[in-house]
Amino acid sequence: MTVSQLVSGILASTVIFSVPLMLVALGGMFSERSGTINIALEGIMIIGALSSCLFLNKTNITASHPLLGMSAAILIAAVAGGLFSLLLGFAAINLRADQTIGGTALNILAPALAIQLTWLIQGQGQTVINIKNVRITQAMLGLTASENPGFFENLIFKYLYLTTPVAIVLLIVSIIVLYKTRFGLRLRACGEHPQAADSVGINVYKMRYAGVVISGVLGGIGGLAFTVAAGSGFQSSVAGYGFLALSVMIFGNWKPVNIMLASLFFALFKVIGGYKDYIPFLPKFSNITASENIYSMLPYILTMVVLIFTSRRSRAPKAEGIPYDKGAR
Amino acid sequence: MAKENIDPAREAVENRPGEDYVIEMLNITKEFPGIRANDNVTLRLRRGEIHALLGENGAGKSTLMSVLFGLYQPDGGVIKKNGEVVKINNPNDANDLHIGMVHQHFKLVEVFTVLENIILGVEPTSASFLKKKEARSKVVALSEKYGLKVDPDAYISDITVGMQQRVEILKMLYRDNEILIFDEPTAVLTPQEIDELMEIMRGFKAEGKSILFITHKLNEIMAVADRCTVLRKGRCTGTVDIADTSREELSRMMVGREVSFSVDKAPVEPGDTVLEVCGLCAPSRRSKKNAVTNASFNVRRGEIVCIAGIEGNGQSELVYALTGLGPVSAGSIRLNGEDITRKSIRRRNNAGMAHIPEDRHKDGLILDYTLEQNLVLKKYFMPRFQKGGFIKFEEVRRFADGLIDRFDIRSGQGAVTRARSMSGGNQQKAIVAREIDYNADILIAVQPTRGLDIGAIEYIHKQIVAERDSGKAVLLVSLELDEVMNLSDRIIVIYEGELVGEFRPDEITVQELGLYMAGAKKQKSGGEV
Repeated sequence: MTVSQLVSGILASTVIFSVPLMLVALGGMFSERSGTINIALEGIMIIGALSSCLFLNKTNITASHPLLGMSAAILIAAVAGGLFSLLLGFAAINLRADQTIGGTALNILAPALAIQLTWLIQGQGQTVINIKNVRITQAMLGLTASENPGFFENLIFKYLYLTTPVAIVLLIVSIIVLYKTRFGLRLRACGEHPQAADSVGINVYKMRYAGVVISGVLGGIGGLAFTVAAGSGFQSSVAGYGFLALSVMIFGNWKPVNIMLASLFFALFKVIGGYKDYIPFLPKFSNITASENIYSMLPYILTMVVLIFTSRRSRAPKAEGIPYDKGAR
Repeated sequence: MAKENIDPAREAVENRPGEDYVIEMLNITKEFPGIRANDNVTLRLRRGEIHALLGENGAGKSTLMSVLFGLYQPDGGVIKKNGEVVKINNPNDANDLHIGMVHQHFKLVEVFTVLENIILGVEPTSASFLKKKEARSKVVALSEKYGLKVDPDAYISDITVGMQQRVEILKMLYRDNEILIFDEPTAVLTPQEIDELMEIMRGFKAEGKSILFITHKLNEIMAVADRCTVLRKGRCTGTVDIADTSREELSRMMVGREVSFSVDKAPVEPGDTVLEVCGLCAPSRRSKKNAVTNASFNVRRGEIVCIAGIEGNGQSELVYALTGLGPVSAGSIRLNGEDITRKSIRRRNNAGMAHIPEDRHKDGLILDYTLEQNLVLKKYFMPRFQKGGFIKFEEVRRFADGLIDRFDIRSGQGAVTRARSMSGGNQQKAIVAREIDYNADILIAVQPTRGLDIGAIEYIHKQIVAERDSGKAVLLVSLELDEVMNLSDRIIVIYEGELVGEFRPDEITVQELGLYMAGAKKQKSGGEV
């Protein structure tokens, strides 16, 4: 493997793994900016991945119409995630339940539901929902692949899934919505000072529902993006990426561009283990049994280290986690 | 005398032609569980007048205004605008009727800019994109027209409280409000800022805007209002013309009895130094800077020394450093000659320090403990109240009942009442009782009358003076200038963490004190004053 191939390979993998992290963290951002802590992101991802993978598996649409099929899958993941997040919205906003407990309940519910459904549909013991490789190739776009792909061709097309351009678009839309629109201004006000928002006639409950549902939509798409990136079908789990996304969100200080950068950073450490044999200066730990797991731990260990150093300086939305009570004085 | 001291119910049905009322709140009744906050209250606001709404805490002023602003729905009564009955279901309805309100606790988003706060809720947009340029020019025009200087791009967290209030006022003007409600607007301002606000209010009046001005400060009503409606315990005790009334009469209507405004004090006879603070620095809780820099002063037996200043100038950090609740970064604190700079809170208490904290809910009481548990909080470990780690409950009860009796602490179930369920005044009485009973050499009282009504203020002032007269040293930290001038034997002004002046109350005017508090004047350079 040449250096060019190695670097472009690492970067391409980094991008593909950063996509679910970024989408889900952006989702968390919308929810928390509106004032509701969404710890249920993990569960939402699972539900989004489950429903879209079932769709892909059952229809096999991507065999004939890869782009159309993936677009439909993304849409289904978004809707499923959005609907599932309504449960959190109902508990946190209408019932004023403790948001951490409500979210944890959904996180426990989602994988159980996923395994149950997978077994029902695929038969006892069949825990994987396989999906067809849905990579976007040069041919689909009317281009011809080179025999010896160069750096940029490798970078762009090695692992190009529809979720990546969609994620880029959603990032830009998120920035605009949050900072340039009336909706964004009102949403942020509800997460900072809901009484102030209420006093100028903003419906805090509605805005918080909007924030939670957006997080569900983005979380659902993120679940699909994760399954696509992991490449081994849906196994009723998203490997803790929902929680990782929460730390990406905190590391990114609840700001979209910072979240994008933070997710690239985390994803880099996720993929670097896979390339350890090609990078001469990385230690191999060959004398330790199951040493391949050491690198798999990296992003999670990093999460803890990063949070220790950054959470002091990060500034969460002031009113997040506090149920809004119109009557309270 | 042309007083309108008539039955509000009768006034409501009476139709008096020739009066131009812009807002009429007729026979408003509002009940909360267990309390009737407004009982058949009638208030009529003339077009272009400044109408004061006076009452003690809990008299129902804020409830009445919240009804007008659409935050609460009345259980009875009607609201009329320009003679027509209107229904105000939420702040949007109020806004549509051009009713605006400056809330007592500002409703501003700290991380937003001034401009964003002003337009929030009525944002000019095209295709739901914000049109900030257009909003900015309107805000700039308004702030120039009314002399409300603000930087539209400054963040709320970076500007002073006085500026924040201007933002709140601009919010009302931006919405073209004609009826302006000011809920206790002067509580957070310096004397100079209060004068400015009065000028601004007069300007609005000249423009034909109508103002409702909620306060419990009589001086301000006498200075600026045309008429005044007084509430007591949810009922309207009358509406009077300011030209025909006096402070004494207003306070009688508000409290229901004669109130003395001055505190009777014997001349000061200071004794030995009790508290000696030298070059004290205390870190800020928010930034890396020091909140208190190089503060040196002492407090002697038999005198009340007052730290005066505007909120947030380092008073809290200073008190935290003195009492051991917060850190000291440099300097020393000596109590009766003993260095207590690094001592624990209990060691300080035992060495002779009592503390009435600024925030009675945070530092003063355990709200879910009973009254007796709170009263014994500083003494439960003494042999009188425990044996081998077991509390002597009968002794605690005896002790608590004694204090409840002596300090007249009123509560639903006596010693076993939960502190949370008690009124603010009685909670404060409980703290005062505990701290005074502690019989310390120095009493540090921080805003001991905050949020209390005139009767309770009078009581607590008497207790503090009694402590001083019995030879204790008292360090008072207060934001209320009347309290500062009335109680203290020496006044030390704190500005941005520095002690900038020391005076006797008879050698300085309130106005001059205000200049020191606002940082416009400074007595001497250096920390020693």
